Order: sequence, then structure tokens, then C-alpha cells
Amino acid sequence: MEIIILILSGILFATAIYNLLQKQLLRIVIGTALLSHGAHLFILTMGKLKTGQPPILTDGVSEYTDPLPQALILTSIVISFGVTSLLLVLAYRTTQENKTDNMEQLRGKANE
Amino acid sequence: MIFAVLIPLLVACFIPTISKAKSKIHTGIFTFFVPFFIFLYFIRFVGEDFTPIRQTYNWIPSLGINLDFYLDGLSLLFVLLISGIGSLVVLYSIFYLDKQERLGHFYVYLLLFMTAMFGVVLSDNVFVLYTFWELTSISSFLLIGYWHFKERSRYGALKSMLITIFGGLSMFGGFILLSVITNTTSIQAMISQADVILSSDYLPLILALILLGAFTKSAQFPFHIWLPDAMEAPTPVSAYLHSATMVKAGIFLIARFSPIFSGYEGFFITVSLVGIVTLCWGSYMAVRQTDLKAILAFSTISQLGMIMAMLGFGTTAAVFAAVFHILNHATFKGSLFMVAGIIDHETGTRDIRKLGGLFTLLPISATLALFGTFSMAGVPLPFLNGFYSKELFFDATLDLESASLLAELIPYLAVLGSIFTFVYSMYFFFGVFTGPKQLNQLPKKPHEAPFGMLVSPIILVLGVILIGLFPSMINAPFIQHAAEAVNSNAEYHKISFWHGWAYPPLIMSLIVVVLGLALFLTRKKWSGIYKVLPGKLSFNRVYNSLISKLDTYSAGITNSYMTGSLKLYMSLILVTMIVVTTSIMLFTNGFTFSASNLADITVIEVSVVIIMAVAAIATIFTKHNMAALLILGVVGYGVALLFVIYRAPDIALTQFVVETITVALFILCFYHLPKLRKTDDSGGSKLMNAVIAISFGAMMTLIGISAHSTNLFDVISDYFLETSYKLGGGDNVVNVILVDMRGLDTLFEIAVLGIAALAIFSLIKLKKNKEAE
Repeated sequence: MEIIILILSGILFATAIYNLLQKQLLRIVIGTALLSHGAHLFILTMGKLKTGQPPILTDGVSEYTDPLPQALILTSIVISFGVTSLLLVLAYRTTQENKTDNMEQLRGKANE
Repeated sequence: MIFAVLIPLLVACFIPTISKAKSKIHTGIFTFFVPFFIFLYFIRFVGEDFTPIRQTYNWIPSLGINLDFYLDGLSLLFVLLISGIGSLVVLYSIFYLDKQERLGHFYVYLLLFMTAMFGVVLSDNVFVLYTFWELTSISSFLLIGYWHFKERSRYGALKSMLITIFGGLSMFGGFILLSVITNTTSIQAMISQADVILSSDYLPLILALILLGAFTKSAQFPFHIWLPDAMEAPTPVSAYLHSATMVKAGIFLIARFSPIFSGYEGFFITVSLVGIVTLCWGSYMAVRQTDLKAILAFSTISQLGMIMAMLGFGTTAAVFAAVFHILNHATFKGSLFMVAGIIDHETGTRDIRKLGGLFTLLPISATLALFGTFSMAGVPLPFLNGFYSKELFFDATLDLESASLLAELIPYLAVLGSIFTFVYSMYFFFGVFTGPKQLNQLPKKPHEAPFGMLVSPIILVLGVILIGLFPSMINAPFIQHAAEAVNSNAEYHKISFWHGWAYPPLIMSLIVVVLGLALFLTRKKWSGIYKVLPGKLSFNRVYNSLISKLDTYSAGITNSYMTGSLKLYMSLILVTMIVVTTSIMLFTNGFTFSASNLADITVIEVSVVIIMAVAAIATIFTKHNMAALLILGVVGYGVALLFVIYRAPDIALTQFVVETITVALFILCFYHLPKLRKTDDSGGSKLMNAVIAISFGAMMTLIGISAHSTNLFDVISDYFLETSYKLGGGDNVVNVILVDMRGLDTLFEIAVLGIAALAIFSLIKLKKNKEAE
């Protein structure tokens, strides 16, 4: 199962990168969102899957799943939420100011 | 000794405050005491029973880099020169620089230079020496560019820095090789292992690298071109850095390493040849100059060449003469620079064509210059120290240990160089102080300089005369120790004025005087020779074209990829990542695959995975905002579902909440953003993007599988499971890790979110204000 999840994470990475390489701002934002999903699944798989009960200490249970990737992912989810929202608003503002959402036209001026 | 090295730096920290607070008193007065007290501290070491002193302060002991200070005769000579001339120069600068100048900057740079220079001559550790060496280049750069509003100053500063730092880096390479071969970083320890170095295969390379450092610093042919341009610095700086001390750092380096290399024939050939060529070329070029300081610059180049050549000879007599001349050169050249500064200060020009007949107007300066120039020319008079060192030099050229063609030629070249030395010395003195007056051509009406300005050159000229009258006075307590540090066989030399008519060096000196006088008087007639040599052959041209080519090419390369297209940057970064990572995986056999120890596969999981994969791929092809949003939501909730399946309740919960908010946020923004369009990329560009994206995804999958299939370390999570309740007092291990064990991480995470929130708020708010206007 780990291998299937890793392949899924690879697909998420690939689609994310493809979206990132587009010209339209919105696609780039979608790309970053996909990228973080891929990364989360990747981290989760590193701790092996389904090795035991959820990591909440209970009497009589000795096998738990790895709590460390979960802690990392929890931090990462929150941060990527911040990043995605900032990017969205940034994209919105950029489009409002420059009347375009095409990255190839947003190059700045020469000698700037 | 560490205090002597660091005191100037410490004082430098206070100079800006002092120069602001006490604007009525010249900052130089405070600065003067620094080198003066250091001079007093070190002068007590002068004596016949002097023995080297060594002090060590730990700095980076793990790398063998310590502040090892080693005071032997050679260091003592240089330390006294740096502090002694330093005091006089600071004293002189008080009168030379107006209070309106940025004095704070000037004295900070000057003190920085003192620290650097003390460090160079006292360090026993090669890496510490290198550090201070580069610091001298930097402070020299700052001082040359002191009048930064002048284009020539900036050009000269940059030139000196590029050339000396190029040499410094080469030298650093040489030092690394030396320390690898000898397994030590101490110079004295290297000297004791000289046979190891001399038998090493790397010897020619080491020698070449270290000599490059020394030759660039000491302005040896063909690296001499930076010194004339460095004359844009204020005159006190020229007198101090570019004649008495910094340019002698290269000489110091050669002298310091002589005990190692002197047994090697290549050392003799290179150093003597470069030195003697520099001597001839420098003095030949000096005659052509019209700027007083340029004459002195080329004269310094030629004198440095002479010292360099003597160190190259390496015989006991030559080494003794070299050390003696280091001292003598500092006295007469220092005073001449100061006189040139006085002339510039009092007449407003340094152009020798406009000057003339100033003897009656500036009688004291003229007398000082008389002693200085005649000493430099080596006129055989018993009260000029320059004559003694020149005679010792001639003596050394006649008594070489080597029997090659070069050794045969050296005496003739020495005489040739000295003839031109004589010519430019006379040219300097008679050109300025005799001949017709041209007062109407001078920007200022000349009069004698204030007494304070004359004190320093007077002291130096007194040194010229005293050493001239009693040349053997400082031999035993001072010069002898310095010579011993360079060549341990150095014997005591009694220097005397008269050896009889048949003494060959005297005959050489007389040839120099006679031919020099003849050439000086007929100077106008043969000056056409400069059109043939150097003519258009100029190393400045080489330097200038190199620099401008470097500019064009680097600008061209940068412009070729810095196009402003973020997409291109992104692709370059990704391609680099993919190529580097996969090639490392390939070459180190990093990929492993093991099917053991895998979790079982269930239908639910597989269906979730398939749905997510399809959704992710669909994001590429959607053309509607709302559709894209829904598809993205599918992926997000799919991830949350997987979290539930894989027993991660906390992150599943968080993912659901965050995904919901994100979707809401997307809906808000989508309303304002332009519709998704079909990409207008060409087919090739699409293919390129797809290749990059797919290879990146494949790479991540491969890395993941390899990581999963190898088990190099025990998992650290058991620690958290065991201690969660004991240390954190909580049953939910994930929560304990976040708020307790990695509490600071979480705190900063909150800070990041806060900053993002502020940024979002201001991005929206900013618009409202603009609309209101």
C-alpha cells in the first residue's frame, strides 16, 4: 500500500509542477495547493502505514502508528494554508493592479 | 603582543565618536598616540641580546588556526617601521588634511591598516597571516579611494584591490598546500621541516603561488601597474602604505619564507630575475613621469625590485644588504613623499613641468629633498645611508653563489637600473627646486610649509644622515637580528665608507654617477626612446581590456538567463534538482526496492487513491473556475480521508477544517479573478513542461520507495510514545509533540500565520485607501 500512496504522491507532485509552470496566476496557486498535498502524503508514508492504533495512549494497547510524521504534517497543513491564502490574495491584488494575470507579462521593466 | 595588534582596531571603534564630538580638535591628535605608544613598547626589544619571543592565543584550535605571534628580528624591524613611520605619518596628516575632510573615515581606515600590518608581520600562523594580509588590501583599497568623488581614485582603488587580492588568493592556495604537506600551520614549524617541502612534488606550484602573492603586493614587474594609480590616495597614505610598509609586505613574505626556499634554484632565478627587471623597468619609467608622486611611485617600484633581487640572491651579504635597505628606503622615500605632499599642498600642483625654482621659496623642504634624492641616487657621500645600501647591493651582485648566465648578467643590470635611479633622483630635485620660476602657472602662491608639516620629514632625514654617519651603529642590536631571521648564517657586517679605490662596488657607483649625470644633462635628447619602449606596449592596456571584457562577458552571461520570466527560472531550478538528484542516485546505487514489510491493500483505499489521482490530473485540463475549485476540493478531502484510514485523527480533523476554509477562500477570490483560459503555449513548450513535471513526480516516487525500503536507523518515535505521558502529561502523543516537545516550532508557526494574516489584511486594505483618494 505504501508504494501505491507514493505513486499517488508522485502524481500529485507532477500535476503540481505542471500547474506551477503555467502562465496564469490561478493555476500557479492551484499548483502550490497540490504540492502541499503531495508532500503531506509523502511524509505520512515515511512513518509506515497502519502499524497500530492511533497515537493516543490507551491502556492495554502497545502498537501505535508513528506520531512524528503526524506532528510534522499538522504543522505543515497550517503553514500551507497560510501560504495558499496569501498567494490567493496576492494573485487577486496583482490582477487588480496590473489588469492581467499572465506571468509572462508581469516581468518588471528593464533595469529595475 | 596581541594588544599591540588589536589596540589600533579598538581605538578605531571609538574614532567616529571622537571625531564627531571633538570637532574643534583634529582627530589625528588622538590617533597619533596609538602608533607612538606601540613604537615605545617595541623599541625596548632592540638590543644585542634579543631573542625571539612567541605568544599563543587560542582562536580556532580545531582547525589549527591560532593567534600565534612570533617576534624575531625581522618582525621587530617591520613592527618598528610600521609604528615609527605610522606615528610620523599621522603627525604629518594632521597638517596635511583639513578639518573639513571626513577625518573619522580616514583615521579609522588608517588604524585598520595598522592592525592588519602588525598582524601580517607578527603572525606565525599562515592562515592568520593570510587574513591580515587581505585586510591590508582592503584598507589600502579604502584609503586609495578616500577621495571617492574623483574618478581616478576609484579606478586606482579598484585596480590595486583586484591585483593584490588576486595575489593574496594565490598565496592562500600556496599556504594550504604547505600546511597539507607539513601538517602544521606554523611558519617556524614549516621552516624546521624545510627538507620535507623541498622534496615535495608540489614545490614549484607552492613557490609560484606564494611568489604571486608577494610580487603583486610588492608591485613587482609586471604587476607593478597598480602602484602608480594608487598615488591618487592622500599623500600621507602614499608615504605610509605605498612606500614604507604595505608594499614591503611582499618583501617580508619572501624574507619570511627564504629559509625554506633559499636552497632551491628556481627561487633564486625567479626572485632575482623579477627583482632586477623591476629595478631597471621602474627606474627607466620613472624618468618619463611628469607627476611628482608618479616619479616616486616608479622609484618605489624600482627600489622594491632591488630589495627583492637581494633576497633572491640569498647570500649572507645580500640578505644583510636587503634588510639594511628596507630601513633606509623607508627613511628617504618617506621623507620624499612628504616633501612631494608639501609641494602639492603649497603650490597646488604636482606637475613637474609647471614647477621650478622653488629653492628660494621653500628652502627647508628643498634641503630635505636634497638629502632624500641624493641618498636615493646613491651619491657617494659619507652622510647618506642610500649610498651604503647601494654599495652593499653592488657588492652582493658580484658575489653570487650561482654560476648561471643570469648571475653573470646581474651586475650589469644592477648598474643599468642604478643609472636611471640616479637620473630620476636628479630630475626630481632639480626639476622642482632649480631652473626658471613659473609662478604664474601655479594655482597657489607658494610659501614654506607650516612647521608641523616639516617635523616628520625632518625626523626622517635626520635618520638618513645618522645612519649615513654611523652606519654600523644599529648593526649588532637591530639589523643583525633581522638578517639572522632570514638567513641563519648571516654574519656581522661592519659597514664602512671607504674601502680604497680598487674596491669594485665603488667603481660601479662612480660609473653610475658619471653616466647618470651625462644622461640627466642630455635627457631632452634621448627622451624619444620612450616612444619605442614602452611605446604601445603597456601592461595597463592589458589590464584595462581584461577588466572591460570581464564586464561585457559576465553581463552577457547573466542577461542570457535573467530574462525576467519566472517560469524560466522555475524550470531551471527544477531541472537542476532533477538532474543532480537522479544522477547522484544513479552513481551511488541509491535506488533500493523491497516489497517486504508493507501494509495490506484494501478496496476503499485504492478507490480513494484512484479518485484523487484522476482529480489531480483533471486540474490541468479544466477550463472553468468553479470546476477547478471542486476538483481541488476532491483532492483535499481525499487526503483527509486517507488520514482517517491511516489512523491520524488529529491531522484528519485539521485537514477537513482547513480544506473547507480554503475552498471558501477560493470561491471568494475566484469571483474576482479572470476565468481560467486554455493555455496558449506552443506544443514544444507544453511537452517541456510535461517532461519536467513527470520526471519530478517520478523522482519523488523513487526517492520515497528507496527511503521506505532502507532502514538505516531505529525510529525515534518510540521515544515520544514512551515519554509523552511522563514528560508532557498528555495521552495524545501528537499534541504533546506539538505543544510541549516542539513547542517553539509551534510558536513560530503561529507567528508565521500571524504575519500571513497581517499581509493579507494589508493587501486588501491597501486597495481601499487607494480608491478613497
